[in-house]
Amino acid sequence: MASSATPGSGEDRRGIEAGAPIPTVAFRDVTKRFGEVVAANGLALEVRSGEFLSFLGPSGCGKTTALRMIAGFEQPTEGEVLIDGVRVNELPAYRRPVNMVFQSYALFPHLNVARNVAYGLLQRSPRPARAEIERRVAAMLDLVQLRGFEGRRIWEMSGGQQQRVALARALINEPKVLLLDEPLAALDRKLRRDMQIELQNLQRRVGITFILVTHDQEEALSMSDRVCIMRDGRIVQQGTPSDLYDRPVNRYVADFVGKSNFFAGTVRSVAAGAVRVDLDGGAITAARTGEGLALLPGDAVAVAVRPEQIVLARREEALPEASAARIAARVQNRIFLGEHIEYLLRSETLGEFLTLAPRRSELTERPFEAGEAVFAAFSPEAALVLGSE
Amino acid sequence: MATAAERGGRGVTALLVGPAATFFLLLLVLPLAVVVLYSFGERAPAGGYAPAFTFDNYLNLASRGQAFLNTLMMAPVGTILCAAVAYPMAYYLAVKASPRWRTLLLVLIIVPFWTSQLLRIYAWLLILGSKGVPAYLEIIGIEGVRLVNTRFAVLVGMVYGYLPLMIFPIYVSLERLDKRLLEASADLGASPVRTFLQVTLPVSLPGVATGSLLVFILLMGEFIIPALLGGGKVFFIGNALVDLFLQSRNWPFGAAVAVSMVLVMLASIVAYMRFVLGRGDMRQEPLV
Repeated sequence: MASSATPGSGEDRRGIEAGAPIPTVAFRDVTKRFGEVVAANGLALEVRSGEFLSFLGPSGCGKTTALRMIAGFEQPTEGEVLIDGVRVNELPAYRRPVNMVFQSYALFPHLNVARNVAYGLLQRSPRPARAEIERRVAAMLDLVQLRGFEGRRIWEMSGGQQQRVALARALINEPKVLLLDEPLAALDRKLRRDMQIELQNLQRRVGITFILVTHDQEEALSMSDRVCIMRDGRIVQQGTPSDLYDRPVNRYVADFVGKSNFFAGTVRSVAAGAVRVDLDGGAITAARTGEGLALLPGDAVAVAVRPEQIVLARREEALPEASAARIAARVQNRIFLGEHIEYLLRSETLGEFLTLAPRRSELTERPFEAGEAVFAAFSPEAALVLGSE
Repeated sequence: MATAAERGGRGVTALLVGPAATFFLLLLVLPLAVVVLYSFGERAPAGGYAPAFTFDNYLNLASRGQAFLNTLMMAPVGTILCAAVAYPMAYYLAVKASPRWRTLLLVLIIVPFWTSQLLRIYAWLLILGSKGVPAYLEIIGIEGVRLVNTRFAVLVGMVYGYLPLMIFPIYVSLERLDKRLLEASADLGASPVRTFLQVTLPVSLPGVATGSLLVFILLMGEFIIPALLGGGKVFFIGNALVDLFLQSRNWPFGAAVAVSMVLVMLASIVAYMRFVLGRGDMRQEPLV
C-alpha cells in the first residue's frame, strides 16, 4: 500500500529489546479460527528486513492464512501481527505497507498494463505528479523486462508476462514486505525455473523483504534464505534450507524436504554422538538425533537416511570400512534422472529403500541392473534418529 | 466438389435453421416490409391504406413531435433511473447477501412478474391516486399533491415495471466479478470507496449497458404505462401508434411513425455495441 501510512513512526513499539533490530514482520502467538477450523495455531515468527522467507506446506496447512494476515485480508483471532514492531491487527489492508502478488495475479482486466502498474501510485494522497508516475512505471517495466507493453491489455499477455505485471504492480509501491501467494503455480515447468531465478535476483536487487507461500519444496528451498515448514496450522520447523535438509526435527520435515528413507527400529543404548538402534536386520549405530528428541532405551524410532548417503557395491568387501550398516538387497527398479541414477532396492529385512548415485561412475563401472543382488551401506553420520510418528 | 458428408452437413444445417428462418421471415421481415411499404402510401377515405408513393407521411412527422419528444426524453431518463435503483440492489444481491438470502431475494424480484403488467400498473394507479399517497400526505399537512397523470407517475411506473430486466444483467456481471480484484485494489492502497469506483463499477459496466439496452428498447415502445399513469397527458410514440392505427385509422402515417421509431432504436443499438465492444479502443487515452 501507499507509504503514507507507514507504521513504526509512533511510540507504540512494544516488547522490542533496545538495540536488537526490529523484525520487519513478527507473529506473536497468532491463532486464526474460521468457526470450528483452526487455520493457524499459535504461530510465532520473526522475519528480518531484506530476508527471503517461505511458508512451505501442503494445501490446508495454514500458510496462505498466515500470508493473508500479514496483508490484512484476515484478522487473527488471538495474538498479534506486527510490522516494523507495530501491532497492525486493526489496520485495514489498504493502509498496510505491504503488497501482494496473487496466485492468479488478480490483474485489473479493464486497465492496460501501464495503468495496472500505476494503480498503487494513483491511490496515494497527495497523488504524485504525472511525470513522476510515468517515470516510475517505466522504471518498473524495465525491471521486469516489459518495456513497450504499456498499452497492452491484460488478456493479450501470456502467463509469464502477467506474472511480471503483477510483480511490477506490487513493487512500484516500494512495500516493506512483498507477499507472494504461490506466484509460480500457474506457470509451466521451464518458465517456473526461470522465474525462480529471476525472483531471487529481483529480491537481491530491490532489497525488499519477500515472504513466499508455496507447496513446492524445490521452489522454497531454491529461493529462500529461510523456510517455515507448516502442518495443520502450526510451524513445524523454521530454518535455512540446508538446516531443514540436514537436520529435520521430525519425520514429517525429513519426508517433506527432499527424499528420505526411514527404517523403523528400537533404541538399545544412548551415548553422546552414538545411538545404538535395533533394526529388523540387526543393530546399527547412528551418530545424529533429531533436535530436542530425548531418547531412552526401548523407544520406538525411525532412522532417516537420505538416498544420496547410501553407497552401493557388487561385493560386500567393496563397501567403506566405517559403515553403520551393510545391507544385502536386490535392485527393484532403476530410474534415469540425467546426472543421477535412482535405484529402488529391496532388502529381506528392511523392506524397500531408495539410493541415488551420480552417473559419472558409469564411465568406469557399468550401472546396476534390475534384479541384480547388491550390497548397500551408509555411515553413522548419515543416520539420523527421529521419533517414530 | 462437395463430399457426401458435406452435403449431409448442409442438409442438417438447413433443417436446424429452417424453422427459425421461416418464422422470422413470415412474422418479422415480411410485416416490417409491409409497414415500410404502407408508410409511403395514403390514407384511404374510409381509413386504412391506399396505394401511393408519397413522402407526406414522413414530412408530417412533426405533427406528432410531442410524442417523439416525450419518448426520447422519458425513455433515457427512465433507463437511467432504473439503473440507479437497480445497481445497489444488484450489488447487495451479488456481493453482500448470504447465499441463502440471495436465492430468496432473487425469487422475490421475479414473483411480481407472474401477474400481468396491466394489474401491476393499476396497483400503482391506486397507490399514487387521490386515496393513496396524497391522502397520507394530507394527514401530515401536505395538501394538494397530485401524482397520477404526471410525468413523475409515468417514471415511477416505468422504473417499477422494468427493474428486474435491469437488475439481472448487473447482478450477473457483479456475481462474475473476481473478488480477488477487490483485495488487490485494497492491497494497493485503495479505500473501499475508491475500490468501488475504480474496480467494481467499471468492471460491471457491461452489465449496466446490457440492462440499459433492454430497458431502453422496451421503454421506447411503451404505451400502457403512459396511458394509465399519464392519463393521456404524457403521450409516447406507442400511444401515438395506438391512436393512429386504431382510432383515426391513418395507417400510412402510423407506419411512418413506426418506421421512424425502429430507426431510432437501431441507432441506440449501434451506440450500445460501440460502447460495449469498443471499450478496448476507447481506453487508448494517456496513462494519467
